[in-house]
Amino acid sequence: MIYISKFERGRIMDKVYDVAIIGGGPAGLSAGLYASRGRLDTVIIEKGRWGGQAATTEELENYPGSIEHPTGPKLTERMREQAKAFGTEFISDEVIGFDLSDKIKVIKLKEREIKAKAIIVATGAQHVNLGVPGEDTFRGKGVSYCATCDADFFTELEVVVVGGGDAAVEEAIYLTKFAEKVTIVHRRNEFRAAKSIVEKALANDKIHVIWDTVVEEIYGDGIVEGVKLKNVKTGEITDYRTDGVFIFVGTRPVSDLVKGIVDMDEKGYIITDAEMRTSVEGIFAAGDVRNTPLRQVITAAADGAIAAISAEKYIDKTFGH
Amino acid sequence: MIELNKDNFDQEVLQAEGPVIVDFWGTKCEPCKALMPDVERLAEQYKDKIKFCKLNTTENRRLAISQKVMGLPTFIVYKNGAKVKEISGADNCTPEAIENLIKENI
Repeated sequence: MIYISKFERGRIMDKVYDVAIIGGGPAGLSAGLYASRGRLDTVIIEKGRWGGQAATTEELENYPGSIEHPTGPKLTERMREQAKAFGTEFISDEVIGFDLSDKIKVIKLKEREIKAKAIIVATGAQHVNLGVPGEDTFRGKGVSYCATCDADFFTELEVVVVGGGDAAVEEAIYLTKFAEKVTIVHRRNEFRAAKSIVEKALANDKIHVIWDTVVEEIYGDGIVEGVKLKNVKTGEITDYRTDGVFIFVGTRPVSDLVKGIVDMDEKGYIITDAEMRTSVEGIFAAGDVRNTPLRQVITAAADGAIAAISAEKYIDKTFGH
Repeated sequence: MIELNKDNFDQEVLQAEGPVIVDFWGTKCEPCKALMPDVERLAEQYKDKIKFCKLNTTENRRLAISQKVMGLPTFIVYKNGAKVKEISGADNCTPEAIENLIKENI
């Protein structure tokens, strides 16, 4: 995080960055590294926590090369240090608008404005809610979307994990380090998750799976006491006693800030070509926010690198370096 | 910011004069740690209007649960020994939301 004095602020107001990257997760950090290595004046803007979704993932065993120290926070911290070492600047602020009338683009933040020749949107995705009664009421009172944040509270208690993908299965395994019993509730009869992680989960004594079932309601008295489960095949509804509900049912793109500016698909994912170009010249997208067949730390990092190089080409062509 | 534990919680929070805001955080809670600089800034800004405390729930789990906190981050405003308002979860605990929580209760 950089602190800008009033004196520097005046100077910086006129500064035109080569590349402004919105989002400080793996896609943004990788783009920052590559852009800075290419000697482009680069800044990454992040409104929340650096490292993105990966920063809350305790074990990141599928990032190539991370077998020795597989924690998410450590990996993303190293990415950040690496980008910084090449000259990337970091601003903790939030983008609230744009002025794209000129080829020098203006990005409006809460605290200031940034001018840049190229923009890389790497804002990622956020968790999807289950959308059932009780979910909001009991948020922080037994309902959680972050296993590393809240697992502690369920030590020696019972929890339900909702979902069937990698996140649900991995976090269920993580939760067995704390909870006495972890029940995965999934609406289908097989997991979408990678086979090796599914094997590991099914071999774990503390994990119990309820297939073909959805959570209809979360209830309790002050804190979560149980959920209403519905078998999607038989329609049967049962009460299931639990102390916590961890929800991992998918993510949706954080793309509202560029709605109406770049083309998106019907779910809001930004449409890009193989070079991370969006429908607007000089604006690129990388990582989970774009239309990609796979959303992983490794693909986000790859997108970031490609976007940075594409941005460099665009700058050379448009501004003549 | 005052560090709370089971020995001083009663005195610093429940018996305090005026409003108190408690930041419930944990050592493995990344969103909580990311918020720290903003929380410290707000603590400085509003120090004359509200008392700022923080509780490391990883080291004081029972105390956190006694306050019905089972999710992080959580921010609770107390007045006259009772909870007045709370916000919980990374989505709900943005720097703005925390500042609004303060402004509504000073």
